[in-house]
Amino acid sequence: MEERKFDTTLDLKNIKPYGDTMNDGKTQLSFTLPVSAGNEAIEAAKLLMKKMGFDEPQVVFYKELTPGYTFFNCYGKCVHTVDYTSIHVPKVESTTWDMAETDQYIKENIGRKLIVIGASTGTDAHTVGIDAIMNMKGYAGHFGLERYEGFEAHNLGSQVANEDFIAKAIELKADALLVSQTVTQKDVHIHNMVELVEMLEAEGLRSKVILCCGGPRISHELAKELGYDAGFGMNTYAEDVASFIAQEFVKRRG
Amino acid sequence: MQNSKLGLDFKRVEYARSLARNIADDVQNFVENYTTVAVERTLCRLLGIDGIDDNAVPLPNIVVDSLKDKGVLGQGVIFYIGNAIIETGLTPQQIAEQVNEGKLDLTTLKINPKDKIDNALEPIITETLNRIKKRKARREHYLETIGEGARPYLYVIVATGNIYEDVVQAQAAARQGADIIAVIRTTGQSLLDYVPYGATTEGFGGTYATQENFRIMRKALDEVGEEVSRYIRLCNYCSGLCMPEIAAMGALEGLDVMLNDALYGILFRDINMQRTLVDQYFSRIINGYAGVIINTGEDNYLTTADAYDEAHTVLASDLINEQLALAAALPEEQMGLGHAFEMDPKLTNGFLYELAQAQMTREIFPKAPLKYMPPTKFMTGNIFLGHVQNALFNQISIWTGQGIQLLGMLTEAVHTPFMSDRYLAIENAKYIFNNMKDLGSEVEFKEGGIIRNRAKEVLENAIKLLEVLETEGLFNALEQGKFGAVKRPRTGGKGLDGVVERGANYSNPFIELMKNRK
Repeated sequence: MEERKFDTTLDLKNIKPYGDTMNDGKTQLSFTLPVSAGNEAIEAAKLLMKKMGFDEPQVVFYKELTPGYTFFNCYGKCVHTVDYTSIHVPKVESTTWDMAETDQYIKENIGRKLIVIGASTGTDAHTVGIDAIMNMKGYAGHFGLERYEGFEAHNLGSQVANEDFIAKAIELKADALLVSQTVTQKDVHIHNMVELVEMLEAEGLRSKVILCCGGPRISHELAKELGYDAGFGMNTYAEDVASFIAQEFVKRRG
Repeated sequence: MQNSKLGLDFKRVEYARSLARNIADDVQNFVENYTTVAVERTLCRLLGIDGIDDNAVPLPNIVVDSLKDKGVLGQGVIFYIGNAIIETGLTPQQIAEQVNEGKLDLTTLKINPKDKIDNALEPIITETLNRIKKRKARREHYLETIGEGARPYLYVIVATGNIYEDVVQAQAAARQGADIIAVIRTTGQSLLDYVPYGATTEGFGGTYATQENFRIMRKALDEVGEEVSRYIRLCNYCSGLCMPEIAAMGALEGLDVMLNDALYGILFRDINMQRTLVDQYFSRIINGYAGVIINTGEDNYLTTADAYDEAHTVLASDLINEQLALAAALPEEQMGLGHAFEMDPKLTNGFLYELAQAQMTREIFPKAPLKYMPPTKFMTGNIFLGHVQNALFNQISIWTGQGIQLLGMLTEAVHTPFMSDRYLAIENAKYIFNNMKDLGSEVEFKEGGIIRNRAKEVLENAIKLLEVLETEGLFNALEQGKFGAVKRPRTGGKGLDGVVERGANYSNPFIELMKNRK
């Protein structure tokens, strides 16, 4: 048995990774170093882990992937802690309802269909995200906005230029705009999303529409920072978006 | 009669094929009356026109746009360049340079008779064809001397945006066991109506396809191929608005595999259907001639539509793509028809259905190096489960004898692959391919069982769809959203203004020469 030199009581002011014992700090990580395999490479990996804040770094597997590049699987004990009690993460401020509840809410409080347009904008060719939110079928059992009675949903597909997106918003008198961004290499999505906000402001439309964005690397915090009303990241579905739009619409109308 | 492990009724397969043939013939009747800016730029390139002007506009674009602006593109660049050779005594490259400098107007020269024009072009055309044949012979020589990896070929992508960094990654992948290296194109290149020039180091999510980048990567793969004693194939994307131009560049630089599918561009890149089907015809002729394996994009249907419900659309599309390829004289051995492992992991018996579909595709296209795509839609960022999903995908592939295995990355949906991701993917595939090597020849499927029934069901559903398509025509079917649940209007999408009807003087001698392997 390894001797435990640490306190095993949970302290939310000082949390650290859990392997199989409270506060053991056990973490697994893998990375590649641009050096040939060998004892020096292993030592380099361990030293690096110490610098990252890991005690007792262990290299459990290594393999030279191609001359001059070595891959490591490692374990270590994290020395750092964070204060969980002081964390505040901005969240989309709405209650998520199911489809029937949202439809009912729109019927009773708005009395017409809300018009929503969505697209994967800029050069982004991925439709998976916007399809999951908008298409009739939805994703993993979560029906998309097209299936809602309370929405008139227009999915414009992928690679829609921001100017075309805005033109369509004006043409259809959209109440809400959904922007999907999947490709995030070199922050291409940030430039594109900011451009849309700037163009909407120039057209005097920004305050007239509910503007949402979504994608696997999008957070609500990022969305707010870029001037969007809400951001929908991983593990959010059409009902999250639908509930937000309906509630935000009513809230704004006052 | 073929032997089926699935009890497939090959009379029904033949019937399905005959429907697909009629659908393809209908498309072909349309295609043969038109040309496009991309086809004409391709002819410029095949006549040796290359390079860019001061604003980085390629000279093929300058020549073709000069004719388009005058409303005479329908007569074709062959006619105008051939005529200009006689009148000026210059080479096509010099002619293009003069057009660029505003010193030459191709449309105001004295017109020479057709036979004279043909004679003027003949040596240039022969030289180009010889250059492509030499490239093909070089590949064949490598295959005979250093050999190649066993099928399914291990196919991995590199996508750093920088061709020199791509070289490092590609050579590493080859040393780890990859057989095909695909250089992913930068996001949005498919929608550029020109091909960028020179070596490039800046791309988003991929690297520009340029002729120089092709050359750099070909050289790198030949080097590493000799080192590992295995020919390493190079793949790029012959799709989008420059489809035939990329085919020509690939043929000249010794590419081996090209994504080449008009239906994909129509559905997933919103490229105009008329434009891309005309472009596809010539690009497939070039790919066929150059010995390039094409990959079709049916797997993508299953990223937007459900893999269980829509399996028959993949088969129907494969059958149509086969006929469109045959019309371009592209042999079956070069048809990397696409399908994908995209069943919902939560589906009970999903593996059995997938196995049925993969085996069915194998038996229906016995000579084709089928391209099998890995799970993407249900990859979640849980890399550990993702590695297992990829393992199931690899098992089906070795079991059913697929041709090209596009390796799944455990970090799919997270980032473009790290060097280590590719290593883990290759390790996964090699382990399974070796450990389960002959499973397929040991196992047949139970009569009346889930697997046989599934294969039969998919085939019958594909026939039903093909019957509708035969009546409606492919163009109408695309307008109605029959594939991938995506609807595209005939006159919508990008690139329609680059389509023109062929005029009285139009000719494209490469079509017949290449189809007849001259």
